[in-house]
Amino acid sequence: MTSALLGLELAYWQSTLIRVLAGLAAVLLLTGGVVYLYLFKFVSFMQSRLGPMEAGPYGSLQLLAEVGKWLQKEDIHTEDSDRLVFGLAPAVVLSSTFLMFVVIPAGPDLVIANLGTGIYYVLAVSALSVLGILMAGWASANKYALMGALRAGGQLIAYELPMVLAVLGVVIMAGSLNLQDIVAAQSTGEIFGISWIGNPFILTQFVAFAVFMISVQAELTQTPFDMPIAESELVAGYQVEYSGIRFLVYFISEFATAVAFAAVASTLFLGGWALPASWGLSDGVMNVVGPLLVATKAVLLVGVVFWVRFSFPRFREDQLQRLAWKVLIPIALANILVTAVFKVAF
Amino acid sequence: MTSLLAAASSTSFDVPGNVAFAVLAVLMVVAAIRVVTTRNVVHAALWLVVVLGGNAVVYLILQAEFVALTQLLVYIGAIIVLFLFGIMLTRAPLGRSEDLDNNQRWIGAVVGVLLLLVIGYSVTQSWGSDRLDFAAYDLPQVSDVAGTAVEVGGSGNGRTQALANEIFGDYLIPFEVVSVLLTGALIGAIVLARRD
Repeated sequence: MTSALLGLELAYWQSTLIRVLAGLAAVLLLTGGVVYLYLFKFVSFMQSRLGPMEAGPYGSLQLLAEVGKWLQKEDIHTEDSDRLVFGLAPAVVLSSTFLMFVVIPAGPDLVIANLGTGIYYVLAVSALSVLGILMAGWASANKYALMGALRAGGQLIAYELPMVLAVLGVVIMAGSLNLQDIVAAQSTGEIFGISWIGNPFILTQFVAFAVFMISVQAELTQTPFDMPIAESELVAGYQVEYSGIRFLVYFISEFATAVAFAAVASTLFLGGWALPASWGLSDGVMNVVGPLLVATKAVLLVGVVFWVRFSFPRFREDQLQRLAWKVLIPIALANILVTAVFKVAF
Repeated sequence: MTSLLAAASSTSFDVPGNVAFAVLAVLMVVAAIRVVTTRNVVHAALWLVVVLGGNAVVYLILQAEFVALTQLLVYIGAIIVLFLFGIMLTRAPLGRSEDLDNNQRWIGAVVGVLLLLVIGYSVTQSWGSDRLDFAAYDLPQVSDVAGTAVEVGGSGNGRTQALANEIFGDYLIPFEVVSVLLTGALIGAIVLARRD
């Protein structure tokens, strides 16, 4: 990656270190930006208020102040809690989040690891966060936490299926699990012989896109799917006993997962880092423009998630399960069938 | 001993792979023993995560990327989660429980040793003389159902496409039989659970 860019040969550990540090910086910057933009400002403007204004210009340093506050707080746990599992749970959730970013490409050469099974890897790794949530709920020795964890477990399992099935439609269209191949398929594709915008799969796989985004909303446990952390009945669900730096880890992972799923959705459906191949831009240019493109698309999609979050009331548990099993999964299956037929026919 | 040393210093011997496997094997055995000796049922399920996760890494060392990820997605992402879900729905005490043991441990040990012998024997009989070529990262080509060579992508999908060709070619009938069996088990479980 960098060796081609700078014209010098790096040892394996050097290029790995650069990849990890650059990836970490990108993830944390995007996550912080998303928190400021949507959680602090967007929702404030929707509710006719200004939001944070004191820390930094227009309150832009508010998040740093909040992080400083959390870092100072005492690390509390309940007397009966299982301390080892209690401490490991946030780490499991955070590693599941950060591992998702490993395969998301940001340019022709800008990807931490170009795995052949890219999108399948994302789905497998994102499923691990359920484990951390169940561990947290049980180890907290708190009934609200346990209830929240059980709700989260049921919900995340239920919405993982439509998500996987929606992704299958894209995989059939692109003919590959590799995310770079999926980006290339959108960039070089054409719709009925028209090739100047390529074939971003949101146009041909709009059903899959809708199912995917609804499932993402549920996987992130954002309103209207926030039964697991419903503050009016469960206080804060599985997070209720966490304070200080451990709560900060949950906070980071919640928003970083939103960014990760949005980046995956923009790669699968909006063309990712690429511009249509018929525009004839070189790889060197795309290595600079690509990250900006995919980051912009991801931030816009996170905006859609938060727009929905701040606009709708919460689903009841039975409505939530019914939507997954009786509506989304049949639609996603039908989409796969239709896509496969079209793929063979045309 | 000399033949072992010779094998270890030959060019086809994958040192990092074997070291990683040794570390993993110890970790998995320790975790597997903890699954049956721990005094807390949730801890048992969490130790099982270590065993199954280690299994996924073993598949990765064998360059079976798709199988490794399936192991993660199905076993840790779904089966362990359902284990924990079931335990927590019914009874999940914190701390040590004294009633987790029973008097079947000798039968368990005998069955375990028998399974080890049967699986070990069949594996060494089937693939005892095969050598995995660690240098060949991506399969250059695979054959489709009709036996003609198929072009596989250069994006590291070769192993996955080879696996798909195997499942939907040579092993299609076993695959379908397993699918029907699992569906039958699922329906049976629902019938048992719903008595109305």
